[in-house]
Amino acid sequence: MSLLKAESIHVYYGNIHAVKDLSFHVDEGEIVTLIGANGAGKSTTLNTIAGLLHCRSGQILFRGEDITHVPAGKLVRKGLAMVPEGRRIFLQLSVEENLQMGAYCVDRREVETRLEEAYALFPRLKERRRQDGGTLSGGEQQMLAMARALMSHPGLLMLDEPSMGLAPILVEQIFDMIRDLHQKGTTILLVEQNAQAALSVADRAYVLETGRIVTDGSGQALLESPEIRSAYLGGE
Amino acid sequence: MTIFLRTLISGLNLGSIYALIALGYSMVYGIAKMLNFAHGDIIMIGAYTGIVAVMTMNFPPLIAILTSILVCSLLGMLIETLAYKPLRQAPSLSVLITAIGVSYLLQNLALLIFGSEQKAYPTLGAFPGFTVLGVKVDGMTVLTLTVTAVIMIGLTLFINLSRMGKAMRAVSEDRGAAELMGISVNRTILITFAIGSALAAVASTFYGMTYVYIKPTTGSMPGIKAFTAAVFGGIGSLPGAMLGGILLGLIEQFAKAYISTLWSDAIVFGVLVLVLIVRPSGLLGKKRAEKV
Repeated sequence: MSLLKAESIHVYYGNIHAVKDLSFHVDEGEIVTLIGANGAGKSTTLNTIAGLLHCRSGQILFRGEDITHVPAGKLVRKGLAMVPEGRRIFLQLSVEENLQMGAYCVDRREVETRLEEAYALFPRLKERRRQDGGTLSGGEQQMLAMARALMSHPGLLMLDEPSMGLAPILVEQIFDMIRDLHQKGTTILLVEQNAQAALSVADRAYVLETGRIVTDGSGQALLESPEIRSAYLGGE
Repeated sequence: MTIFLRTLISGLNLGSIYALIALGYSMVYGIAKMLNFAHGDIIMIGAYTGIVAVMTMNFPPLIAILTSILVCSLLGMLIETLAYKPLRQAPSLSVLITAIGVSYLLQNLALLIFGSEQKAYPTLGAFPGFTVLGVKVDGMTVLTLTVTAVIMIGLTLFINLSRMGKAMRAVSEDRGAAELMGISVNRTILITFAIGSALAAVASTFYGMTYVYIKPTTGSMPGIKAFTAAVFGGIGSLPGAMLGGILLGLIEQFAKAYISTLWSDAIVFGVLVLVLIVRPSGLLGKKRAEKV
């Protein structure tokens, strides 16, 4: 049984049919990525799973349970956590408070332990734990957003464009962290415009075009496929 | 010198009442992103509750005050649930008009129940005063200032240190992201209304004991003044609401004592206009850059 399964979901923005008959799955322990151009429906799909958007038809199953109509606020308790596009950390809360918010649904006695875990994973955040989120650099904010999502020990971590707006060196660091989290057993669903980076960490990938899946396969295979190279990787 | 000190003390007293009301305005604005124009009328309801509790039910003063706090909190939560919550996704203008509607509803309900004649707020006991530099400070003023200070400190600690307070700040900053953390936005807003209304109930007690006469429209003027105070200090900011309230009370009393009683309100609002020209986000308001 797949950890997450989307079955022919259709999502509309008013009259615009943004996601058309999309089906895909994520298995336990995998990194799966959705890649595609701007407007292909990647973020829409992720937001639909996260409960921020609603699909008109189709079904989303998490651990076999139907979560199609579960609102965003209840999904953390079910084991789904999302790092939204643009990070959206709380700029006026301190780093530690941001992490505490990530553990809002966690037993209070457990929060201290989780904080220690987060600081072990991201030592930079420990140095800055009393600083306001707004004073962090872009890369540190992305770390904080990921650490915050991990506080709930999610069964599935969803990342929406984690490399957006970051300098190339930081993009590399962020993907190193994603690889690291994967090795520690976190299941990840990754949406990225940076197809090269995404495919190089992903076990499997789905390529989206105007709301449909056009290709899928292992990250490695897609990375080597001539069509993908010319369409998304700027190759010849 | 005597006039100056006396004015200073009465200004602080009035300012404390404005600050308590302004805190409710500012919290609700910061977290629910709406202007609750019915907030002033909660004071009126709180004052009538005090009158009924003491005169009709013969409750002892402290119990009467607690009853008033309870009634106002419940009323605040009821208004939020019935009137504002269904409009969460609606344009802010609809919410604003609804708030004005709720304000009139409360005033007319009070008119129906208590009649148009003003009622006297009971004396809830005498408090010993003292004399500084030849000016008598009455016990009521001391009590008002002390309670207001304690509430402000308590509220600041609550917002900064408690789990709920942090969740409130998170919701205030980014409702969507807070929801992704599993924070219930509706529950947070509901608690905000309860706290804001409880503060209005405390203000109503001081207002009643200072100004004595209560009628159905009693809440509108302090409501508007407190709203002014909240904007003056920077709406959405709690220290701003406190500072704005105190300053507004001082300006009003000094204008009355040294310039003209008739012109005092014009002066108060004139100062607001000046402050907003120089600092559009208020004294302590943060200029928040729009996220791209």
